Amino acid sequence: MKSGDIRNEVLKILEDIAPDEDLSDLQDDVAFREQLELDSMDFLDIVMELRKRHRIQIPEEEYGQLVSMASTVKYLEPLMKDL
Amino acid sequence: MIVTNSLPDDQRIVLTGIGLTAPNGNSLAEFRDNLLNGVSGVRDYEIRYVGKTLAGICDFEERRYQARKERRRGTRAGSIGIYCCNEAVRDSGIDWPNIDPSRVGIYLGVTEHGNVETENEIYELKGYDYDTSFWSHHHNPRTVANNPAGEVALNLGVIGPHYTVGAACAAGNAGLIQGAQMLRLGECDLALSGGVSESIHTFGIFASFRSQGALAEHPDPARASRPFDVARNGIVVAEGGCCFTLERLDDARRRGARIYGELAGYAMNTDATDFVLPNPQRQAECIALALRRAGLEPAQIDLVSSHATGTTTGDVQECEALRTVFRDAPKTVINNTKSYIGHCMGAAGALELAGNLPSFEDRICHPTINVDELDPACALDGLVLNQPREIDPPTYILNNSFGMLGINSVVIIKRFT
Repeated sequence: MKSGDIRNEVLKILEDIAPDEDLSDLQDDVAFREQLELDSMDFLDIVMELRKRHRIQIPEEEYGQLVSMASTVKYLEPLMKDL
Repeated sequence: MIVTNSLPDDQRIVLTGIGLTAPNGNSLAEFRDNLLNGVSGVRDYEIRYVGKTLAGICDFEERRYQARKERRRGTRAGSIGIYCCNEAVRDSGIDWPNIDPSRVGIYLGVTEHGNVETENEIYELKGYDYDTSFWSHHHNPRTVANNPAGEVALNLGVIGPHYTVGAACAAGNAGLIQGAQMLRLGECDLALSGGVSESIHTFGIFASFRSQGALAEHPDPARASRPFDVARNGIVVAEGGCCFTLERLDDARRRGARIYGELAGYAMNTDATDFVLPNPQRQAECIALALRRAGLEPAQIDLVSSHATGTTTGDVQECEALRTVFRDAPKTVINNTKSYIGHCMGAAGALELAGNLPSFEDRICHPTINVDELDPACALDGLVLNQPREIDPPTYILNNSFGMLGINSVVIIKRFT
């Protein structure tokens, strides 16, 4: 997957776990938590959905990489390049 | 023993609001109308592994009080609780934005909780070859026993006590009783009390009743729940919820609340004889204890809301208990609400009580429907069958609610004048 595809995958996950949010104006360089009402359980949902949908295992110490869309895509690029 | 009719106003407990969802109604008015018109809420239903069966299914508007995310994260029981408690608060006319949320308590009865969520999670996990790294982090907050009440607290911002009361199918009454006790103890000033059930979403309850030979079957879903009928063949599992706002009488009077009725007496006891089969002697003792606490003779009860679920043995046992207590009560009428909605489990006691409370005003006893041929073993003089009956202005309603492991509960409500 290329970065644009990865972004779309993350967006689909966000649509599912934050169904009341308007994601059309999501700013990639701004932390999710500054734009969306997400808590720690929601971040675990992102991790779980990546695991379920793409079999990507993210170690707990690397959860901090998922702070924004830009950082998430950057982190996932090497993990999803062959998908 | 405290006889409740001699209590001061700050110990008298009144019902000031009702919120409910039943398989045949999402408000008290709709529910009552359908009870008086013989409208069943039982439908065809299908659930994994069990296949085609019947159930009482609710169609309340989940989104009325819940965001989509809140619903996604929570449970059906939580959603039912949120709907019912919000409706009850709104119905009570309480100035909710200005109440002290630390003085509100939430006490919801449940027959069981967590089966639905655990079954769903295991079903999902099967698709991942039982690798538990795919097990949801939502599992624990969804399955803790206080979940339905806790979801209500989160939704309404209640910071007083909240918990569920696990009391099998006596839970609806037990939730109400718990709320009343906490108000009398001064632990809260407003109690959101009643019961909820999401049980139609667990295949286990259907499969277990079927294995027990106690799951109702009928080609016409509306005719399947038939307590007291000779052809009854078991329980129709149902979901639902009912919440009462309970207040001390002095508080309710101070704010000019409408009062649906006053808690005149209650009792809970235990059979200690069998896991499943009820004990009519203990049931009769429970009814008698509630009457004594209310300072009443059996003949003073105008209407008995029976628990009977449509099982071969259980209905006969309850009738035996009622025959024992009400043998000299010629004016007491008896009905059964499960014949319309099936067995709403943790919500049953509260819903069945709520469905009868309007009789204080409309002076009608809704009947037990689906009784084509009354089982002689269930023949009680006061049974109201198939057609509503106009009755003398009722003053007291007695509500039975019994459950597995021999748990019995009885609530008596007095018309408030």
